[in-house]
Amino acid sequence: MPKITFIEFNGTEHVVEGEVGQTLMEVAVKHSIPGIEAECGGACACATCHVYVDEAWLEKTGTPKDTEEDMLDFAFDVRDNSRLSCQIKVTEELDGLVVRLPEKQY
Amino acid sequence: MISKSQQQTTDVSVGEPIETDAVIIGAGPVGLFAVFELGLVDIKAHVVDILDKPGGQCAELYPEKPIYDIPAFPEISGQELTDNLLAQIKPFEPTFHFQQRVDALQKLPDGRFQLTTDIGQVFITKVVVIAAGGGSFTPKKPPYPGIADYEGRSVFYAVRQREQFRGKDILIVGGGDSALDWVLNLQPIARSMKLLHRRENFRAAPDSVNKMRALVEAGKMEFHLGQITALHGENGQLTGVTARHGKGPEFEIACDTLLPFFGLTMKLGPIAEWGLNLHENLIPVDTEKFETSIPGIYAIGDINTYPGKLKLILSGFHEAALMAHSAHRVVHPDKTLRFQYTTSSSSLQKKLGVKAS
Repeated sequence: MPKITFIEFNGTEHVVEGEVGQTLMEVAVKHSIPGIEAECGGACACATCHVYVDEAWLEKTGTPKDTEEDMLDFAFDVRDNSRLSCQIKVTEELDGLVVRLPEKQY
Repeated sequence: MISKSQQQTTDVSVGEPIETDAVIIGAGPVGLFAVFELGLVDIKAHVVDILDKPGGQCAELYPEKPIYDIPAFPEISGQELTDNLLAQIKPFEPTFHFQQRVDALQKLPDGRFQLTTDIGQVFITKVVVIAAGGGSFTPKKPPYPGIADYEGRSVFYAVRQREQFRGKDILIVGGGDSALDWVLNLQPIARSMKLLHRRENFRAAPDSVNKMRALVEAGKMEFHLGQITALHGENGQLTGVTARHGKGPEFEIACDTLLPFFGLTMKLGPIAEWGLNLHENLIPVDTEKFETSIPGIYAIGDINTYPGKLKLILSGFHEAALMAHSAHRVVHPDKTLRFQYTTSSSSLQKKLGVKAS
């Protein structure tokens, strides 16, 4: 199972195993990662599962679709590597993925 | 998708205190169905919701997303579900009070409850049904350092009185409908209007964006690309902000009023202070009546908790039915309630305004 590393804003690292087909948000919620709120439950409707994808992984995670980019308007401190974790599907290719969490989701 | 609720707050008016049988807090699917179940047992309801429309999360968060676990609907969108519920409860003529949040709850000496909303509307009611879901939708507050010092004086997350912004140097931040609507609405009365947004594209309606761009063209307002990195001012009075676009250089924007619009989030709010012995921000209830620790106050839907609770719309519907039968004893203590089916009971069919077969 692909290993995913979530790094909290304060630097705390959580290395967890994701299942292929889950979204990154679902992996985070399953492992109770602090800092992923996922208020809307994955409908790409709340921007409270915002993450920064580690630069080295940007190519493999791809780029946000228009709806996700629109929703990022409601996130804080949006950067080039900002994503909504409910819109990233875990694949074998993402084994080792590192994402960082923003200071605040809402 | 995020409502224009903040914009329409000025239309809300406070009337005389309202005496009623039941007040339902929350106009989400479960609150709406509670109108139906209460109506069948002859209880009229007033419904209060912070949003400017019925449907709760279904309408605010996922109006177009299909829901697959509503019994007898293999697939239905949040908006369709809301519209169907509104049609279903129509015979019971509920009175809606939108864009208001119930802030205070007090037990009266005669056993009834007095509820007061954030704009001062008072309800005197025999039963209270809390169907508040994940809490009330409130504006997101951006994490700009020191922002709390300015809130209420020069930083605002909603516009309650438009006139308050006359003659101000306003900076609006955001790219959604609220941000763009308020740019267009306040620009004529502001001394200066500036919009700051992180990108050239907007999630707001294209028509509003075009109007904003026309104002920029005409030299009537400014649009800046970027995000705020720091606030400047003292004693709660803002004088300007520092902003930056991507990895570009920092720049200053002068303003005395800041309106950040980053959508809404759900907060439990004042319910926490009503003495309901909350457990992890949820209201414990029994599974016979879905009554809280205070008799006469019920909690149904996502906001309640009990052993085995599932946060499903269908569970909320079931809870509404049992709640209504218990509420009947409180509202009509002198009447005996006979269990009836809508398929065969002529009295129920009369209430529903349908012909008995």
